Amino acid sequence: MQNIIEFIKQPWPWYVAGPIISLIMFSLLLMGNSFGISANLRTMCSIIGAGKNCEFFDFNWRSQMWNLVFAGGLVIGGVIAHLYLSPGAEVALSEETIKELQAYGIEKPGASLVPTELFSWESLFTLKGFVILVLGGFLIGFGTRYAGGCTSGHAISGLSDLQLPSLIAVIGFFIGGLFVTYLVLPYLLTL
Amino acid sequence: MKFLKYLIIGTIFGITLAKAEIISWFRIYEMFRFQSFHMYGVIGSAIILGVLFIQVIKRTNMKSIDGEPIVINPKQMSISRYLYGGIIFGLGWALTGACPGPMFILLGNGVGVVIVVILSALLGTYVYGLLRNKLPH
Repeated sequence: MQNIIEFIKQPWPWYVAGPIISLIMFSLLLMGNSFGISANLRTMCSIIGAGKNCEFFDFNWRSQMWNLVFAGGLVIGGVIAHLYLSPGAEVALSEETIKELQAYGIEKPGASLVPTELFSWESLFTLKGFVILVLGGFLIGFGTRYAGGCTSGHAISGLSDLQLPSLIAVIGFFIGGLFVTYLVLPYLLTL
Repeated sequence: MKFLKYLIIGTIFGITLAKAEIISWFRIYEMFRFQSFHMYGVIGSAIILGVLFIQVIKRTNMKSIDGEPIVINPKQMSISRYLYGGIIFGLGWALTGACPGPMFILLGNGVGVVIVVILSALLGTYVYGLLRNKLPH
């Protein structure tokens, strides 16, 4: 048993994580639901009362309760991984990535899950922190609802069902992501 | 009690994405710079196995645990909606290094400031709802 726990504490390789993700999609389908996380953002807007002045949020959010509980599980999973399953928080990045990010002023790329320079309350009051946390979050919410799904709904569920709309969405994800990574981050990070 | 299974599956999903470092801003940067196979391996193997699962569901007319037929609704065809929406989400994904799932998992990992990302995403969703009728779909 001790060995198993030690094994789980190591970072998991892609060939473990990928199949687990499809098993999760499969079990949600077996339960008569579908795998898609960004829909929760709409449900939350609806719970807060956005349905009063916007018909898009005027729906029976209770039917989406299962998905909110699923999202609650995500938080719990994060807590468990953080407290019990992560002896160190290092991320084994490629040499290239580390060198490049150091050149952009990230002091210890991969020493923690996220760059502490960007993900802190102090950073929120700098231009780059604001763009990354506030504008970034806004674009996620706007874009996923416009596209009707995120990585789970389109890239995993949609592509697994060989749906063309999802392929178009995933191509869009990469156009946006590559644009930011190649043309925005080099300037933003060195601000 | 009927929600307990969703809580358990969500927890497993959260642990998996945390342990495979998919919630790491660094991993997303590395992916978009094509400097590591890791993320492509995760998404690629999930899709390949997913295609297999869905084919099995369809070909065997598999029923859900409630005995209902499993229906996977085809998404309505459009280009502008998926392309524009996808690009906008992609911008946010590369900036924050998180998609909607990882936002919640990072919160559990003690990255408190991610609550700002979540609240901003809620605002983004709300603004989309307001502008929806004016956008090309």
